[in-house]
Formats: sequence, structure tokens, C-alpha cells
Amino acid sequence: MSGVRVLVGTRKGAFLLTSDGKRSKWEVSGPHFGGWEIYHLKGSPADPNRLYASQSSGWFGQMIQRSSDAGKTWEPVGNKFSYDGVPGTHQWYDGTPHPWEFKRVWHLEPSATDPDTVYAGVEDAGLFRTTDGGLTWQEVSGLRGHGSGPRWAPGAGGLCLHTILMDPQDDGRMIVAISAAGAFRTDDGGQTWRPINRGLVSQHIPNPTAEVGHCVHRIAMHPSRPNVLFMQKHWDVMRSDDGGGEWREVSGNLPSDFGFTIDVHAHEPDTVYVVPIKSDGEHYPPDGKLRVYRSRTGGNEWEALTNGLPQQDCYVNVLRNAMAVDALESCGVYFGTTGGQVYGSPDAGNTWAPIVRDLPAVLSVEVQTLP
Amino acid sequence: MIRVELPPHLRRLVRVEAEICLDVPGAVTQRSVLDALETSYPVLLGTIRDHTTKQRRPFLRFFACQEDLSQDLPDALLPDAVARGDEPFMVVGALAGG
Repeated sequence: MSGVRVLVGTRKGAFLLTSDGKRSKWEVSGPHFGGWEIYHLKGSPADPNRLYASQSSGWFGQMIQRSSDAGKTWEPVGNKFSYDGVPGTHQWYDGTPHPWEFKRVWHLEPSATDPDTVYAGVEDAGLFRTTDGGLTWQEVSGLRGHGSGPRWAPGAGGLCLHTILMDPQDDGRMIVAISAAGAFRTDDGGQTWRPINRGLVSQHIPNPTAEVGHCVHRIAMHPSRPNVLFMQKHWDVMRSDDGGGEWREVSGNLPSDFGFTIDVHAHEPDTVYVVPIKSDGEHYPPDGKLRVYRSRTGGNEWEALTNGLPQQDCYVNVLRNAMAVDALESCGVYFGTTGGQVYGSPDAGNTWAPIVRDLPAVLSVEVQTLP
Repeated sequence: MIRVELPPHLRRLVRVEAEICLDVPGAVTQRSVLDALETSYPVLLGTIRDHTTKQRRPFLRFFACQEDLSQDLPDALLPDAVARGDEPFMVVGALAGG
């Protein structure tokens, strides 16, 4: 392992941050696609030079960009995302029916084995797949069509499918999460889906333990133990030990169990990271202190990681797609803020330093560990 | 030749720095100009008009000859000055913050 490439999506463009394995000196490339919102970029595990970026704009709609040379050059590929059949309605904020309308791509998840196969999670919530490198996209319509769609409702950020987890030990299994609908799983490669929300409790829906309607913010999985899932919900940090069959709360001693992002150490499946945020009405850290919390016990017992992070007058947010880990021997952890900082820790969170301080608001952070 | 002026985001997308000049066969209307534009620059598909319905995206407007043509029917003739190439057909992003 010789280095890392951090892929940063922001409100006004994409940035690529590269370093060797020491992760002390960084090269910054960008802005790519200046002026456009980059909700997500991700590299192909099968070909690290193949990158995909979701480029969007309220004015000009959705673009998908593809690079085959590690981000030196990009080419626009297909941007037509058409739902299968008549899309129907989901719930609006006030519970009334609202037509399904494509707005943007929130998440791109390239296949582990084929650089041309990519899944896209979109708003209004749906899952699409390309098998030709992004030229054409087809809906994986079994998800939206499995029956609970009319009861899904948008969270504050929209009705977005923001998390796509592929089980590295089972080709047929995939887990997605939608705000505000919940988590869903397929065991047959996307043909059929079922909600996996038992154990979640949400006070913003009439029945707090309903099958769907939960505002799941992010789910993380360690590849060596795909049955164990960690979830940052609107409120509550949750854990499942059976692939989402049942969830239990592991918020423990966190100063707030509201937050957006969550991730797992690359080599320690029980080491989990969250960034507590004060509340759903106050999207900033408690007490003006930016603290990553780490649990080495799979939840419940959390320690604050503060070395190198601002501990006064800090009122930024860390969004759901804005944390990632590398797979170097000493696991690196990275996150971006709405204040435009990207922080990195080369020692699993013990110490932190800003890689860049003054980007546009960061929407997403992904990491490639380079051979 | 019909002159088309794009907003900066779309100029960067098609990698042109100035106006675009297009051959537009037949009647010069919003539809025929945008059809010719998208044929010459397929990357613009979906960015000005919806892929399927061909309706103008809601935060875009069409100006020409100091007139707002956004609400005109797609098959209405554009002003003679645009058809002659004296004035550009302008695709403009609505002034809505950002």
C-alpha cells in the first residue's frame, strides 16, 4: 500500500487530495466541475483509476462524469434516469401524496469486480444500475415497487437513497438506506426487497415503530463481518448483528445521539466512528467542540477524539456521506465539514490535522487506498 | 447561422468559451434551435430541457432581442433578428441565488 486518494465532493466542485502512506503532505487537485454540486465521487475497487462523480445543479440537472485516469481527465456519460413505469406517489412533508420526480444522484457505488458496473442511489428515492460504464442507467425497480413506497416521505434533505452497501461475501445481498423511509435489503441481487427496520424507534412518525418511515442517516459495515451493521439514525446510533433483522440502540454515553455520518475502522470491525451533532434543529456539534467519537466495543462505550480538532466556537456540520477510512496498516480516518475543512487522522483517530481548510461546504468524502 | 449563448456552467460542459453557431434547418423556433444544439452537443441533453417531455427546466429562461421568450410555445417562430443571425438566442440561468 503506497498511498491514498481522498475524493471530496462539495457544493461548488470536486477536489482530489493525494498523499503517500505517511499522509503528512498532500497534493490538492481541483476544483473539478467548478460551480456544480458534487454530491458524491467514488472509485472502482476493480480499477482504482476509474472514478465516477455525480455532478448536479438546480438549474441544469444531473450529470455523471467518469474518469479512466484517476481524475486527470473526465468525460460526461449518461444522465438519463427514468423510473420504471408510472412512478406513482410518495408522501409529502405533510403526509399528502406527491408525485415521484427524479432530482439528483446522491450516491454512486461501483461494483467490487467490474469497473463498468455501478449502482446509483437517487432522489426521489430509487436505485439505478449501469453495466456500461455509466452510458445508460436502468432502475432496479423491485426496491421502489415492493409496496411500501407510497409511505416513504422526504427528510429535510429530500427523499434520498444515500447508502448502498454490497455484501462482499454474498453477491445477492445488498442493503440500501433512504431518508425518510428506512433500511431495505435484497438477498437476490435486487429482484425483491424487504424493509429491515425492526427495533428502530422514531418519534416523527405516527407509529414510532412502523415498518417504514424512519429517517436513517447512514449505515456502515465492515467487509469481514457483513452481518453486523452500524446505523446513525436521525436520533439514535443503532447496531444489528443479523444483517438488519433486528436493531438495538448503542448510543451509550454519546453527548448527543443525533448525527449524520458513521463508519467502521478498516481492520477492527468493532471500532466505530460517529460525529455527534447537537440536534435536528441545530446542525452543529455540542458545546462548539468538533469531536469524533470512537467506540472500540461495537457501540455503547464511546471516547471523544479531540486532538487536532477545534474545541471552541466550532459550529460546522458533518454530513452523512462525508466520512471515510483508508485501509493502510495504520487506519486513516477522514471527514469533511460544511465549513469546508477536510480533516485526516493517520492513526485511527488519535490525532487529527486539516488537509484543507477552505473548500466549499463538503458534501462527501471517499478514500481510495492505492497499491 | 443561428447564434446561441449559453450560461457559463453549460459553456464549461461543452468546452466552448463564446457563442455557438448552428445550422438550423427549416423554421427557426425554440424547438428547432434546441434540437440542433443537442444534436451538435449531446452532453446538453437533459440540461436545458427534460429528457422525455422536452419541457424547459424550471430555473432556465430564454431571452432574445431584449425580450423574455420563456413562456412562448416551443414551435413559435423566434424573432427575425435571431433567424438572420443578427442577435443570439440566449439560455439564461434564473437569478435564484446559488
